Amino acid sequence: MAASNERKKLLEVSGLTMDFGGLRAIDNVGLDIFEGEIVALIGPNGAGKTTFFNCVTGIYEPTQGDVKIHPPGGATRRINGMKPNRITALGMARTFQNIRLFPAMTVLENVMIGRHCRTHTGIVRAILGGAATAREEKESVDKSYQLLKKVGLAEVADEFSRNLSYGAQRRLEIARALATDPFLLLLDEPAAGMNPQETHELDALITRIRDEEKVAILLIEHDMKLVMNISDRIYVMEYGKEIAQGTPQQIKENPKVIEAYLGEEAHA
Amino acid sequence: MTHLKRSLGIGLWFMFLTLPLMVVRVNTVSSEVEWRWANLVWAGLCAFAIAWLWQFSIERRAAKRAQVAADAHPQKRKPTLAQRLADDPVLNRRVLLGVGLLAMAFPWLVSSGQNFYHVNVMVSALIFVVLGLGLNITVGLAGLLDLGYIAFFAVGAYTYALLSKNFDLGFWTCLPLGGVMGMLFGIVLGFPILRLRGDYLAIVTLGFASITKIVLENWDTVFGGAAGIANIPRPDLFGIELDGRQKAIYTYYIVLALVALTIVVTNRLKNSRVGRAWMALREDEIASVAMGVDMAQTKLSAYALGAFWAGLVGVVFAAHNSFINPDSFTFMDSAMILAMVVLGGMGSILGVIIASLALKLMPEYLRAFAEYRMLVFGAVMVLMMIFRPQGLINDMRRKYEYDTADKEDTDGGK
Amino acid sequence: MDFEYLFQLLCGGLVKGSIYALIALGYTMVYGIIQLINFAHGEVYMIGAFVALIISGVATLSGYSGLSVLIVAAVVAAIYAAAYGFTLEKIAYRPLRGAPRLSPLISAIGASIFLMNYVQLAQTPDFLPFPELVPEFEFMEPLLQYVSSVDMVILVMTALTMVALTVLIKYTKIGKAMRATQQDQVMARLVGINVDRVISATFVIGSVLAAIGGVLIASRTGQINSAIGFMAGIKAFTAAVLGGIGNIPGAVLGGLVLGVAETLGAGYISSAYEDVFAFGLLVLILILRPAGLLGKAVKQKV
Ligand SMILES: Nc1ncnc2c1ncn2[C@@H]1O[C@H](COP(=O)(O)OP(=O)(O)OP(=O)(O)O)[C@@H](O)[C@H]1O
Ligand SMILES: [Mg+2]
Repeated sequence: MAASNERKKLLEVSGLTMDFGGLRAIDNVGLDIFEGEIVALIGPNGAGKTTFFNCVTGIYEPTQGDVKIHPPGGATRRINGMKPNRITALGMARTFQNIRLFPAMTVLENVMIGRHCRTHTGIVRAILGGAATAREEKESVDKSYQLLKKVGLAEVADEFSRNLSYGAQRRLEIARALATDPFLLLLDEPAAGMNPQETHELDALITRIRDEEKVAILLIEHDMKLVMNISDRIYVMEYGKEIAQGTPQQIKENPKVIEAYLGEEAHA
Repeated sequence: MTHLKRSLGIGLWFMFLTLPLMVVRVNTVSSEVEWRWANLVWAGLCAFAIAWLWQFSIERRAAKRAQVAADAHPQKRKPTLAQRLADDPVLNRRVLLGVGLLAMAFPWLVSSGQNFYHVNVMVSALIFVVLGLGLNITVGLAGLLDLGYIAFFAVGAYTYALLSKNFDLGFWTCLPLGGVMGMLFGIVLGFPILRLRGDYLAIVTLGFASITKIVLENWDTVFGGAAGIANIPRPDLFGIELDGRQKAIYTYYIVLALVALTIVVTNRLKNSRVGRAWMALREDEIASVAMGVDMAQTKLSAYALGAFWAGLVGVVFAAHNSFINPDSFTFMDSAMILAMVVLGGMGSILGVIIASLALKLMPEYLRAFAEYRMLVFGAVMVLMMIFRPQGLINDMRRKYEYDTADKEDTDGGK
Repeated sequence: MDFEYLFQLLCGGLVKGSIYALIALGYTMVYGIIQLINFAHGEVYMIGAFVALIISGVATLSGYSGLSVLIVAAVVAAIYAAAYGFTLEKIAYRPLRGAPRLSPLISAIGASIFLMNYVQLAQTPDFLPFPELVPEFEFMEPLLQYVSSVDMVILVMTALTMVALTVLIKYTKIGKAMRATQQDQVMARLVGINVDRVISATFVIGSVLAAIGGVLIASRTGQINSAIGFMAGIKAFTAAVLGGIGNIPGAVLGGLVLGVAETLGAGYISSAYEDVFAFGLLVLILILRPAGLLGKAVKQKV
């Protein structure tokens, strides 16, 4: 991975461990992400992938280990135990495996929530109004609308988000996360519940986001075709442990990975 | 046919349920047992009718949901009247103007000489409109279930009563102080408890309101105990002497102005970054914090602001009644304000105003209804949650103006 | 330090606490299964007490009295409370499964207000005297300065009820189904448990316990009205939280601790502020140890 080393490291996770009562959901996992990369995190159900996201984004506080970020143009920070909103403000945003939109808000408003941490209007200014507040509001609306265009939801901007189809809701989550101006985007099973056509479009969308928005992407995904297509590198987890990492080609040929997946198939 | 059978069964079941409580009444003083069999028949018939309606409504609810889910072009649905009103600024302004003029003229139309009963009633109703709008911020917008909201109202009322009694402060000095006191209580109380889960929050606020009432009742050296505080001065108008009717009308305009202020402020907040964050927290806390919303700060602001309005209007309440005691600040009052928010639709300003007026004026003018008031409110809360959780007229989407042009090139640097 | 006084207070606190415990069990069991604070639970308790009052009132006026009347009244009260609890769940909570979290809570508050006012309108808002049905037991003579006969009956009944409940939950089929549903509703459904039935059963059992509590407390205080459910409900909820909501032994422990703490506070500081101690305790426990005395902190799955 000589090529990667020349690039700037964005996220550096080492020795991450997370216990729930007696259950060790993540066991000593390490992971690095570099600028401009698409990295996939795969593994059978219950391997601890979502828990990994939750530890990195501040939803859970890891039992052990270090999560460090190196924001482009910012100081390196250790973010264990930091509140999720602060981590988002620092530049990491995520989507959720079980879609978590704001159902009674419009599609556009959903994205505008993503702008929350990049805008400043407080109660007093909201009440008094004024040109600066109006300008900020306008900027937020426009930026959000552009993002909706990017993910192909501009036509339904004024619709309640609960009325969208499954695939559209997943794309809306991506737009919402992008609205926070992240340098690293974490996607938890973005293709789940999508039909083949939608998955195919998602494939293009993710690459486009990486190129146009200049964000690195870490994604959890069960759709192997999608993963192999777009990832630069892949990490594989099983029962909370990291069992392999490498390029898609290396992963495809790794006997441990084949074992983990075949084993799962045999059980199912 | 199955519906009929089921309804019959349910009717019988309710006759069984209501048998001891509605039929038998034991009078231990005169050692008599009163048997009211007629009630049983009524209970059975009502239950039968309601059961029939119920099954029908539940089916309709399911059908409606299925239809919405299957609707490929949700935008093409016919907009509701309220939605059209909100979307059309000209119509909107005209309606607003009309209502405003009517509200201004109201006291002169319904009062004369010594008869200003209707003005007084309307003052009480408008006080509850402000309360409804205030709680609407906390519960409706931010989703923080506050069952002790009336306590902040009490804080405002007692602030004025005590300050005017002990320090001779006037109404206009105390009005903002009442609001600030309400807000301070909100912050002090909210700070430790707002990180609790929604349902715990409900109980703790309930507890807080009960404690407030107990303290007011028992600490008589300061708060006058159960007897309360009397002779609270009415609002003053540059020292001009006003007669009873004029005082009532003057107070009316004060509350009306407060209502207008509340509407403007709530409306601005609702459509701002702050209001969106409140709503997001109401919808999904975890998603909100993951999108960068500071939960503690945002919740606290909603809670404190709701408390502010209650404190503010508490001052008016004390001044209007010129007498207060702890009995005005019971759980049932909190529940009534909550019913206003629920009925009006969580977060809907127009809805809450209408619901507040309706719930406050109906018992006043329909005396027969007054007795059954709380019974009906309770039922309404259950039914609304099941059949119209969005409230009577809340199905509104805010539409924003946006540039539809592509901005790829100008948007280069983020 | 006056130990006799202290001991009296402790006994009084335990008696009170065991009533709280009986009601708290209903809260905790329902919460454990559907994560809902059943605000109307206090009202079910009140209805239990009222039904018992009506039955025993009719019986007393027809010339019967004594412990047997109390037992009959308690049984009928339990049946009615169960019926109300069952109906309550069907009407106010079942249609709201899967609704936003605030909806069932508001529905519960509405149901509570409804039931309170229903009884008030159907009966009376005033306090009604509850007939004295527990005789003075002779063997109680030496203990009488600490616990009355009624108190003894309460303690014994509570203990028996707890044992019965434990057996029910540990060894019966429905008990096992309840525990399974509490752990994982989806899994329980998959292995063929009728979750709807389990939920109904939970309401029924909780309501029976509340009714027993209602009858016992009514025979102790000697009077009831339609508002007693409200305070008792909040107190019992406090007890459930204190012990760790969802945790059955916790509810019992919480009830006893709350009863004793309240009585001690009332006895040594001021009886007017009795309720303040209870709420103060609730706020403290929620801030310091939200999982309760016996509860385990669980992280919400995301
Ligand atoms: N909050 C929690 N409390 C207790 N256990 C948890 C919690 N969250 C996750 N777990 C457990 O941790 C393990 C890993 O779960 P996780 O959701 O991270 O798996 P996953 O790899 O995302 O699986 P999937 O592909 O099904 O989404 C599972 O056994 C799960 O039950
Ligand atoms: Mg997962």
